[in-house]
Amino acid sequence: MNITHILFWFLSALALVSAMMVVVSKNPIHSILWLILVFFAISGHYILLNAQFLAIVNLIVYAGAIMVLFLFVVMLMNLNKETEQQKNVWMKLTGVIAGGCFLVSTCNVIFNAQSVSRELAGKTALMKEGSIGLIGTLGKALFSNYVIPFEISSVLFLSAMVGAVVIGKKD
Amino acid sequence: MPIQYYIYLALALFSIGIIGVLVRRNAIIVFMCIELMLNAVNLLLVAFSKMHHGVAYATDKASTVGIDGQLFVFFIMVVAAAEVSVGLAIIVMLYRNTHSVDVNFLNRLKN
Repeated sequence: MNITHILFWFLSALALVSAMMVVVSKNPIHSILWLILVFFAISGHYILLNAQFLAIVNLIVYAGAIMVLFLFVVMLMNLNKETEQQKNVWMKLTGVIAGGCFLVSTCNVIFNAQSVSRELAGKTALMKEGSIGLIGTLGKALFSNYVIPFEISSVLFLSAMVGAVVIGKKD
Repeated sequence: MPIQYYIYLALALFSIGIIGVLVRRNAIIVFMCIELMLNAVNLLLVAFSKMHHGVAYATDKASTVGIDGQLFVFFIMVVAAAEVSVGLAIIVMLYRNTHSVDVNFLNRLKN
């Protein structure tokens, strides 16, 4: 049980507990804060896997920009009261059962199916080593093999920006 | 770390996202659960990319096998950022018209 294992289990537990609190919290502000904690835990996992660029981008884009946008919208609407109407208990139970069935069936496939478990047996993710997560290597690949998708994503951002302005405009 | 642990972790996070989408009625929280599902997929992609890299790394320290997975994660983040900006604009519009962000009100779109 070395430090990597301890960190892995700690971050996994943190991510799962915070994710459950996102769903359970009554107050939307608390949900957002718990979701930020999930993103921090996932960034920790990226650092453990030596994907440093993605860890930083995850923090800046998700925890920094997107969640602040969510907080702004919640505060703009003054929703931080607990006014949400609840679904009736049968609908909630059905939702939990549906999600649980998905989890159980997919875990069962990973655990029991012969072809999948033979494929995955003994495979490990390389921790704390390897250079593919570093910004230099990723940048070279991004601007050589993936330069067309990269440029297209800028068009996507432009259209998203125009779309957000057009939808949000008061008329 | 064995790759199965990452698969189970990502599946659990994804299922919590699914349950959140199905159980909650607040449109903002439904949207946040979708973000949670996207992040679960990102984590699994990075773990798989490191799994493939680990095989090649044993023979060649400078190989870039598995880098495609991490670039996919980067593009997923790009698309998620664009999606959030448009989605939150739609939620703000919904709130302005109905004074609520309850997803059940959206069945008014029928007529």
